[in-house]
Amino acid sequence: MSTSLKTDEAAHAQSPDDERVRSVSLVKKLLTRPELGSISGALLVFAFFAIVAGDSGMFNADGILNWSTVSAQLGILAIGACLLMISGEFDLSIGSMIGFAGMMIAIPALYWGWPIWACILFAFSGAMSIGFLNGFIVVRTGLPSFIVSLAFLFILRGLTIALSILFTNKTIVSGVAEVAEGDIFAAAFGGEIGSSFFNWLATMGWIETYTDGSPIVSGIPMVIVWFLLLATIASFVLLRTPYGNWIFASGGDAKAAKNVGVPTDMVKISLFMFTAFCATVFAACQVFEFGSAAADRGLLKEFEAIIAVVIGGALLTGGYGSVVGACFGALIFGVVQMGIFFTGADSDWFRVFLGIMLLAAVLFNNFIRKRVTGSV
Amino acid sequence: MSEFILELKNASRYFGPVIALKDINMQIKLGEVHCLLGDNGAGKSTLIKILAGVHPPSEGEFLLDGQPTGFKSPKDALDAGIATVYQDLALVNLMSVTRNFFMGREITKKWGPFTVFDLERANEIARKGLSEIGIDVRDPEHPIGTMSGGERQCLAIARAIHFGAKVLILDEPTAALGVKQSANVLKVVAKARARGLAVILITHNVHHAYPVADRFTLLNRGKSLGTWLKKDVSREEILEMMAGGQELADLEAELAEFNRIDTN
Repeated sequence: MSTSLKTDEAAHAQSPDDERVRSVSLVKKLLTRPELGSISGALLVFAFFAIVAGDSGMFNADGILNWSTVSAQLGILAIGACLLMISGEFDLSIGSMIGFAGMMIAIPALYWGWPIWACILFAFSGAMSIGFLNGFIVVRTGLPSFIVSLAFLFILRGLTIALSILFTNKTIVSGVAEVAEGDIFAAAFGGEIGSSFFNWLATMGWIETYTDGSPIVSGIPMVIVWFLLLATIASFVLLRTPYGNWIFASGGDAKAAKNVGVPTDMVKISLFMFTAFCATVFAACQVFEFGSAAADRGLLKEFEAIIAVVIGGALLTGGYGSVVGACFGALIFGVVQMGIFFTGADSDWFRVFLGIMLLAAVLFNNFIRKRVTGSV
Repeated sequence: MSEFILELKNASRYFGPVIALKDINMQIKLGEVHCLLGDNGAGKSTLIKILAGVHPPSEGEFLLDGQPTGFKSPKDALDAGIATVYQDLALVNLMSVTRNFFMGREITKKWGPFTVFDLERANEIARKGLSEIGIDVRDPEHPIGTMSGGERQCLAIARAIHFGAKVLILDEPTAALGVKQSANVLKVVAKARARGLAVILITHNVHHAYPVADRFTLLNRGKSLGTWLKKDVSREEILEMMAGGQELADLEAELAEFNRIDTN
């Protein structure tokens, strides 16, 4: 018996392939990776601007810092939006949340005399509670998250303006920089790291300096550090943990996931809280970098984040996507936005490009999904 | 240890005024394929929902290994080793074989201070679990959307077996499948039986059920027509007893009538 089994196995080993399975080339295998589109798109965009704007300073130290900061800001939002979209939901209130969270930091710091750490804690817990409410309503009512978060888009924007006028009589609260001077928690969002390294590069003459000898890039902004940190954690969680598997399952087929015991409601609610967390990180970085909060901050950011995620290969219907892809989506966004500025072209063209890019990405993703689900 | 792993004694189930099932007696034995036959609306779905812990019986006894039991939820039934593979299979097409296999029950390992999904071991287990029931998976990281309906059915069954099912309830596993794929699924059923599992096979296709089943229970309009061992009953007799048998005979007579008129 055992020998016959062995020969059976040997036969299997010799002809492992079904005669009905075509051998698929590496290119075709790569095509089913969600991040492929955005990585190749990013390469294209870099090549394009290297040719068109190579001598405009876009790829000097300060130019690089410029577009990487813009990309990192959007990337932070895209990471949250990406996980949420994979779980099958949207959050259109991210943009309004940025304005709201910024005020939750600035007003207590300037008008109520709270210490900086308390303001930050207040903003994060406030934003995440709203994220919880958002998610709770979505999973309990079964309403599309599009509608629920659209409602919160207006509620939060309205509240931000109304409350800041109520408490401060202004819609732009400035002067945070003075209060936060030397505070380590403020520096964790608005500060820079690696200053001594850049000073050293300047003294070695490897990067350009101002006339007083200080380097034109004084350090790496914390927003980039946050972006890289969040991207690493989110990607790891998505691909390598049971919770990550639940995210895919909740978005792929919530009913099937529930039937095998995946707590889909918990997954979705926690991801609404995570997008609110990301929006607050964005807001905190902005408030402490510029030293002010404004009620109109973050306008349209929800759409930019969704665009970055979709360019990054995620399906709007959920169940498929990649954090790395979303990060490259944000990078494309930042590079093009700044690249158009560096080439001196009218920035209106940026929007035209963005729209076309979005359309191309969605068409490409549709094609990929059909491949993955076997309907091609 | 009782002779029967599951037993229903005079079980009935009502939904308001509707009598879905009345006085059902049924015994399920390990190492046996028990086929549940009946036309649409006969009460097959209600019966498996009782066994799967979705609905408790309104009246009558439900014994698990000789002990009276009352499952409060499908999870209770699952914990007792009763796994149900419904027609929707509870699989996600966009996810890989492995990710589906372990969905909701991911195996983990320590990676530094973190607990991570042990994908390497999961891939290996999924591949092995499937090859044991005769399905060769080329790449367990490949999305299942490209698999055939039969392969997906087998994946769902392999998953249930791996997670310790003693009783496997299969709801119309061959309903949407072609001839060859149905044969593959039935082979898997036979393999599950060989491993000592009890299989409850729900179908209205006698031709699929007859080759693998050991025992047949026929349902009609909420009542059991009885249970037979395979040796005591022929395929034609079963077909006859199902509502369809009489209907088909009537149809045949009617068609013959048409023919007679035509020839005149």
